[in-house]
Amino acid sequence: MSARATGLASVAVAAVVLAALPFGLSGYHQALAAQVATFFIAILGLDILTGYTGQISIGHGAFMAIGGYTTAVLSRDHHTNLVLTMFAAFALCFVCGLLLGLPALRLSGVYLALATFALAVSVPQIPLKFSTYLGGSGGVQSAKTVSHLWLYAVSWSAAAVLFVLAWLTLRGRTGRAFRAIRDSEVAATSSGVMLPLYKTLAFGISAAFAGVAGSLFVMGTNGFAQPSEFGILLSLQILVGAAVAGLGSLWGVVAGAAFVGLLPTISNDVPWIGSTHGQDVVFGLIVIVVMLLLPTGVAGLLARLARARARA
Amino acid sequence: MAELARRLPIPQRRLPASPVLIVLTAACIFLVVGCLQSDIFAQQTVAGLATGAVYGSLALALVLIYRATEVINFAQGEMAMATVYIAYQLIQWGFSYWEAFFTTLPIALLLGVAIQVVLIRPVQHKSVIAVVIVTVGLFILIDGLVAWKWGADIKFMPSPFGNRVYHVGGVAVARGDIGTIVITLLSVLLLWALFRFTKLGLAMRASALRPAAAALVGVRVDWMLAIGWGLAAVLGAVAGLMAEPAEFVLQPTLMQPILLYGFAAAVLGGLESPAGAVVGGVAIGIFLNLVGQYVHFITSELRLPFAFLVLLAVLLVKPTGLFGHRRIRRV
Repeated sequence: MSARATGLASVAVAAVVLAALPFGLSGYHQALAAQVATFFIAILGLDILTGYTGQISIGHGAFMAIGGYTTAVLSRDHHTNLVLTMFAAFALCFVCGLLLGLPALRLSGVYLALATFALAVSVPQIPLKFSTYLGGSGGVQSAKTVSHLWLYAVSWSAAAVLFVLAWLTLRGRTGRAFRAIRDSEVAATSSGVMLPLYKTLAFGISAAFAGVAGSLFVMGTNGFAQPSEFGILLSLQILVGAAVAGLGSLWGVVAGAAFVGLLPTISNDVPWIGSTHGQDVVFGLIVIVVMLLLPTGVAGLLARLARARARA
Repeated sequence: MAELARRLPIPQRRLPASPVLIVLTAACIFLVVGCLQSDIFAQQTVAGLATGAVYGSLALALVLIYRATEVINFAQGEMAMATVYIAYQLIQWGFSYWEAFFTTLPIALLLGVAIQVVLIRPVQHKSVIAVVIVTVGLFILIDGLVAWKWGADIKFMPSPFGNRVYHVGGVAVARGDIGTIVITLLSVLLLWALFRFTKLGLAMRASALRPAAAALVGVRVDWMLAIGWGLAAVLGAVAGLMAEPAEFVLQPTLMQPILLYGFAAAVLGGLESPAGAVVGGVAIGIFLNLVGQYVHFITSELRLPFAFLVLLAVLLVKPTGLFGHRRIRRV
């Protein structure tokens, strides 16, 4: 089977499984699956920036916060349809991403990591300062809450649409420019890639994805947007998910999202480590082990297995 | 060892560019004049000096590691936090504060060395992203371990210096602030002496600057880098143990804001200059305190975002910081 046919077949299988899944799941598990979709979108966004364009970001929790608050505030003040608020979150975070991309043009490597880390720590402070409008530490609650099934359907539809969008962006001219920048900025510039344009664009797209994820994240927490939910650990989780997935692979993102979204729940049932903190321990350990043993993540492992099978 | 020093082309200490010196002198004069003019100003300056000393020592820890291994250790704050919990445990077992303090430091040294050898060494020569992710994993791991062992709720510790306040003229100066300044500056000085006057220090400097040449003259470069991590962990522990001198309220999130201030301080100093890290830390401590006092819009909630803006501004206006050198990259 050609690679293209394999790809199409996997898309078809994934679509069928996702469509059939809610009928076999309890409401709680539907919510859990929706959470995986949320992380899928955020990690997909980060992968476009870090995996494909080579710009590290430890600050994507900040964009999720912006997207989440957009949804909560629009719903609270204007009773906007929740699906429409996702578009608003997408647009607003796209602009925010472009704005962050401008200073980030002059930063690279560790400096960019530092700046985005600082962003992630700073943004949750903003609602505390403007507490009359953004609700302080109690947060903002959207006017409407949603059912598990609704959340599942909307999350995975959004994930599918954004996946196609990411694939379309990355397969053509833009994606080539991104990868050229990742592999060598100098070579990319000398081949006529406009560095400022494509770097800020990558930031914008990536932030917009994170914004939609934040919007879904808030819907999944009964419509509450709270500063404590968007702490630095959320940003770290997204980065870790992207690393586990294997940077620069769209298919690995599913594995990364499942890892980040499901690990807390699975480890809760395991005796001895079954606590919220035990799960952090497991999480940290797995990340380190993955980076030491499988630096290319799940995607790299699959590729290696496929190569081994082809040779055999 | 003199032989080693002669053979290794270790660059001479360069004085910072004169505009930087002028700015720093002007800032000092401004502070002195302000302190003489207003008691509140003086009070805020001294308090800022104390918090700044803590930021500076954490920044110095980051810089030590960055110089040795070109790695930004995102887990530096959490490592410091973990050592504070170790001290807390020792105090629970009946140690006095200072006994616990001096027992914790060697533990921190071992911890730092172990982390470098086991976790960082294997990925050190891979991409920046890989190293950053390992330190991020370490961040989550330590956070989880501490909360797992001791719980995430607030713990109280005896304060090292008590709550006494001295009055100098009309200025109230907390004993804790003075203690913090003395202890952190003392540890920085000790570290400087170690690097400047001992054989070990020379070998460590050589390993950081010219690893290949140092290895050729018989320095065990790998171990020097590991000891660098250990010393950084010790400095971080000092910063953590001095983080709240007045009344010690302990939480797993203790060092997260301080880490950001430490980053800002290290970047302001130039990321590869130890002196710059300390100066940057003190500058940021005093600056944030004065801004908090006199600019009413910047309330305590905006302290972190403001530090972020400072960091971003430094990176954009003068990416080499106060004392850094411009790096020329060959294409």
